[in-house]
Amino acid sequence: MKTIFKYFITFTVVSSWLVSCGDVNSGKSSSQGALSTNAAEKVYVAPGEHDDYYAFISGGFSGQLAVYGLPSGRLFKVIPVFSVDAEKAWGFNEETKPMLNTSHGFIPWDDSHHPDISQTAGELDGRWVFINGNNTPRIAKIDLTTFETTEIIEVPNSAGNHSSSFVTENTEYVVAGTRFSVPFPQRDMPISEYKGNFKGALSFISVDPEDGRMDIKFQIMMPGFDYDLSHPGRGASHGWFFFSTYNTEEANSLLEVNASQNDKDFIAAINWKKIEEYVNNGGGKKVPANYAHNVYDEKTHTATSTMKKEVLVVDPTEVPGAVYFMPTPKSPHGCDVDPSGEYIVGSGKLAAELTVHSFSKMIKAIENEDFDGDAYGIPILSYESTLAGAVKNPGLGPLHTEFDGKGNAYTTFFISSEVVKWKLGTWEVLDRKKTFYSVGHLMIPGGNSRKPFGDYVVAMNKITKDRYLPTGPEVTQSAQLYDISGEKMELLLDFPTVGEPHYAAGIAADIVAKKSKKFFRLEENEHKHAVKSEAESKVVRNGNEVHIYMTMIRSHFAPDNIEGIQVGDKVYFHVTNLEQDYDVPHGISMIGANTSELLIMPGQTESFVWEAKQEGVWPFYCTDFCSALHQEMQGYIRVSPKGSNVPISFTLDGDPVDIE
Amino acid sequence: MKLKLVIVLVMALALASCGGEKPKKDVSGAEPATEKATEAVADADPMANKGIGPISSVTLGEIDQTLVAEGETVFKAKCTACHKISKKFVGPALKGVTQRRSPEWIMNMTLNPEEMIAKDPIAKQLLAEANGAPMANQNITEEEARALLEYFRSKN
Ligand SMILES: [Cu+2]
Repeated sequence: MKTIFKYFITFTVVSSWLVSCGDVNSGKSSSQGALSTNAAEKVYVAPGEHDDYYAFISGGFSGQLAVYGLPSGRLFKVIPVFSVDAEKAWGFNEETKPMLNTSHGFIPWDDSHHPDISQTAGELDGRWVFINGNNTPRIAKIDLTTFETTEIIEVPNSAGNHSSSFVTENTEYVVAGTRFSVPFPQRDMPISEYKGNFKGALSFISVDPEDGRMDIKFQIMMPGFDYDLSHPGRGASHGWFFFSTYNTEEANSLLEVNASQNDKDFIAAINWKKIEEYVNNGGGKKVPANYAHNVYDEKTHTATSTMKKEVLVVDPTEVPGAVYFMPTPKSPHGCDVDPSGEYIVGSGKLAAELTVHSFSKMIKAIENEDFDGDAYGIPILSYESTLAGAVKNPGLGPLHTEFDGKGNAYTTFFISSEVVKWKLGTWEVLDRKKTFYSVGHLMIPGGNSRKPFGDYVVAMNKITKDRYLPTGPEVTQSAQLYDISGEKMELLLDFPTVGEPHYAAGIAADIVAKKSKKFFRLEENEHKHAVKSEAESKVVRNGNEVHIYMTMIRSHFAPDNIEGIQVGDKVYFHVTNLEQDYDVPHGISMIGANTSELLIMPGQTESFVWEAKQEGVWPFYCTDFCSALHQEMQGYIRVSPKGSNVPISFTLDGDPVDIE
Repeated sequence: MKLKLVIVLVMALALASCGGEKPKKDVSGAEPATEKATEAVADADPMANKGIGPISSVTLGEIDQTLVAEGETVFKAKCTACHKISKKFVGPALKGVTQRRSPEWIMNMTLNPEEMIAKDPIAKQLLAEANGAPMANQNITEEEARALLEYFRSKN
């Protein structure tokens, strides 16, 4: 008892030391908040009741996107995007392998960073979530009727695809800005000759308003800086896109020192409407490229991968009036635009204050040609001419800002581990709350749109030590939920997350839930290997390939006895789930299969390959607990020696599968 | 899916206890319930039972061959995984079903299987005969269910 008490005291002292190092004292003890308030009640969603918001929290190095409910923090689903996922056969089954194809071949992993939800007229429409793969540059689109990734496009001439994937206010474009500049075109050259020779591509990917189909409309070849984060304009600034930069020094080694030399880096302001017009009138240059465009078709339940060979490149100096630089102090990271579209917040990671630019002042400065020289032919606006104001002494290590739609902004501070609330226009700090610890992004549902839902903010932390039961050197990643409906923020909940919770997007549940798909209609299944009734199921030999066309329903496979397979055969299972009911998937796997199980949704078809390596009679079974007789959902495959005269046969209950 | 599992479990419990007896620990469970259910149903005229669901009355005329053909298509796509016409499979053989059950009962069973096997005495008995394999809800529309009924009428 005594030891525990002592330990507790130590812990308390250590943690208050930890969180107080950045002058975060607001005069109130927020760490006691949960005990003295009704925080538990505010996050309690009773059994059978639903959360108010969906939160889509990226998995960072897990490569996936997870779906949580707010305010409960309950995890609903992990959507596979850029990483193979045995739970859903993503990247394992024949249908989804093409989704992970790139110009570098099959790449079963990426680093997923910034989800953003599609918008119509500046408001979230809940149709799609876009998310970037940072490492081998890609943008994925997730369909919110099925919560499945339905498209992935690779981004050529790019590297460290970090300043993405944010959407314009009618989802005209999703952007993919390169963090690392690279030689353009890629070639063998001395790294020391980086300066002036490397380029930073900002890619504008158009999104078809009907089916969401993505296409790289143009790439702007910018000077060789690092393009860190970005945000679209909205309202009056709709038509513009803003990208923060660092390494305007164009250093190529020890960037922690060499990219922090300049007093100011830039926020690049891009008039994409102007460039779009230029491109539509034949501007830009088509250059050779090689990148994959992968599309999953909901009717065929199958993805195809197409290699594209060309991309349209725009030299910004050839479109006068389209691109400007706004000086922003000390290696800005976050670049956030408020719901009105007037304020562009730049967070200099090493700066003592937050810099806020004004869009209207920026336009005036452009008209007045209020320039401070240029960089590679791109005009640099004078710092004072675009400055709206600055938040003084806000904290240490500012990163990201979101907005509540009520005139307030919330900024995270990595070094001082806090969220700070301040007022747009007066720039005064209104409130600050500790986070535990080293907070990166934060998210207010709808905070990237004209109409935020200003009830909650979710802080996503890089460090979690001592907040949860220890699990070895690695502790769970975590997010924290704050109530922001009142004047002061209130910490309501800690909840664990999968992978690094890099960034998130949130939306009111009723916008998405009502459009959610319950099952796939069998009559609409156009999979080339679908069989839509047991009578059509069959087994076909084609050389040393055997194709099994199988069906599943509670609680059997058809056929479930298969003979005539020979050692050395490549056996393809093409399995259709005949169920037409909500939430009745079945699974299938085969002993010795060098793949994952298949988890097949009602009305869907999926395939996997099993190689018959040994003689014998080998079982397969349903892997998803589907009914009271799930254990009975099984079957056998007989494997005979190579050249055997056992004929192909397939039966169910001893009969041919088509008996009436 | 988990909800469905709960429903099945609840049903299984209801089945096991509907005889008013304490469940015997070493008995295979379903059998005594089957006997009891059979008894309970035996007295009533099954053709008078309209079942539970959206269908309260059906008017039958001459067999409509167009509707029969539509019904056959639906049957082949959504029912044959568990029902054959000529023999008992997972569920009962469907030859002559319209002589054994009222048209309303057949349509309600098609449209509302979860509630039927939970509450309707005949459906409960059939579930026991199917060793607890519940009828799957295939999200069939009322029009499709009516066409299926016509197809079954043609198979007497
Ligand atoms: Cu199953």
